[in-house]
Amino acid sequence: MTTANQNAVERYRNNFLKEVEANVEEGDMVKMCMQCGVCAGSCPLGPHWEHSPQKIFMMIRAGKREEVLSSDSMWMCTSCYNCIVRCPRQLPITHIMHGLANYAHRLGLAPKGQPTREFGTLFWNNLVKKGRVNELTLTIGHYFKDGIAAGIKTGLAMQAVGLGMVKAKRLNPMEIFGGHAVKDLKGFHAMVAKAQEIEAKKKGFTA
Amino acid sequence: MAKKEYAFYPGCSSQLKASASNYLTSVNSMCEKLDVKLTEIPDWNCCGASVGYAEGGELPRLAINARNFALAETHLPGQDIVATCAACWLGSRETKERLDHTSQLMKETNEALAAAGLNYKGDVNIRHMVEVLIEDIGYDGIKKPVVKPLEGLKFAGYIGCQTNRPFGIAGESFENPKYLDQMVETLGGEAMTSYDQKVTCCGGALAFSEPEKSQKQIKDIIESAYDSGAQMLVTPCPLCQANTEVYQSEINKKYGTKFNMPVLYYSQLMTVAYGGSIKEAGLDGQLIRAEALEKICGK
Ligand code: SF4
Ligand code: SF4
Repeated sequence: MTTANQNAVERYRNNFLKEVEANVEEGDMVKMCMQCGVCAGSCPLGPHWEHSPQKIFMMIRAGKREEVLSSDSMWMCTSCYNCIVRCPRQLPITHIMHGLANYAHRLGLAPKGQPTREFGTLFWNNLVKKGRVNELTLTIGHYFKDGIAAGIKTGLAMQAVGLGMVKAKRLNPMEIFGGHAVKDLKGFHAMVAKAQEIEAKKKGFTA
Repeated sequence: MAKKEYAFYPGCSSQLKASASNYLTSVNSMCEKLDVKLTEIPDWNCCGASVGYAEGGELPRLAINARNFALAETHLPGQDIVATCAACWLGSRETKERLDHTSQLMKETNEALAAAGLNYKGDVNIRHMVEVLIEDIGYDGIKKPVVKPLEGLKFAGYIGCQTNRPFGIAGESFENPKYLDQMVETLGGEAMTSYDQKVTCCGGALAFSEPEKSQKQIKDIIESAYDSGAQMLVTPCPLCQANTEVYQSEINKKYGTKFNMPVLYYSQLMTVAYGGSIKEAGLDGQLIRAEALEKICGK
């Protein structure tokens, strides 16, 4: 168990709702859910959600901490915002799903090898490095995430697409050597570090 | 008419040789004809997109967006920020809303910004290019520069998610927004109003991480466009554009379909109708070439 997770378990004991309210983005809105079920039919990848958002909110109230935080479901969110515009109680469902996923990721409870967890992490690290996303290293990193052999296989399958993008001047092979970046990288990095530090302190991610 | 001026936030995908560089090319051509002046926010950074949450968390995401605001406030005071990318627009608007409503987050964000020598006062206004077109230019204004109406061309208006929900364009419904159809008609083209996948999700960033699941979505989006009688898809969103264009060949392999439908930006349609060249409209950047539009350019 990570220290952050241990601390959270000790601090909130049996009150998972309280933990979510304190540490999850927009988590204080969870208690507003009236279990109407409208959001449950809203997700584009719905059949792949083991627990719908409605069910997740119910499980939070029932204190099913392990089950919620290790769930694969939140990672199926495509950020389509269908749920938000439909919810009669105006719960920011999309953000709560992202918040839960991020919290589970930080505590080390999110499913290992979850593809969106890995891609999301890769994406963020890619953008933080230069302040802007480098689409080529992002794509390469993504296809090689399972090791070289798997990467070559997926890479080959996508090669036609990749070459087409290069020909259409929409993917720059030179970006692998750097590519676009913000000028004030030092300031940008200092700012991100500061924001991470404040957030970690607030949410108990630092021991 | 005085030039309209905006602080421009192009976003990562619009950069030179990035996936939506043809979007930027056509936006620039379109704005020239409409007498709109876009000044890039100096040294802008990525918005974090939607999928940045996994590692990025909340405050770091707010901070990177607020950095753009602070730069715009300092260098382009009084100008609305205009984004062309749905995710940039959404990420910025969400950040603004969160900071407006929660003084604690505003305080913490400014603490982070201070590390970069910046400060955000809370004054910016964030808009999508489509809002500028509809609200500031108006359909009459959009029509004025038309010299080559898109006669006889049939378009399915694919709006997708993030230009539509949760904020959307004022006066439009979430289920059936009509502005894109109206823009097509304004340019002399024919909008397929029976197209029923207008606001379906393309899978967004999950097209990378969950390709099979997302390609099923994309298949529905393209199939329905063919069913409606459209020759081309038109969209306001760079991720929708990339996903629906790039994966057609993969879908053909998997499902035995014969998709080969060009996917354009509204700004490309406008540039062509305004008499722009293939290059000015960014049509040379299509993976699936839009021959019918290229023909109009050559006329
Ligand atoms: S739509 Fe809103 S109120 Fe209804 S179950 Fe979902 S979150 Fe709860
Ligand atoms: S935003 Fe996420 S949670 Fe909401 S309907 Fe879409 S996929 Fe489901």
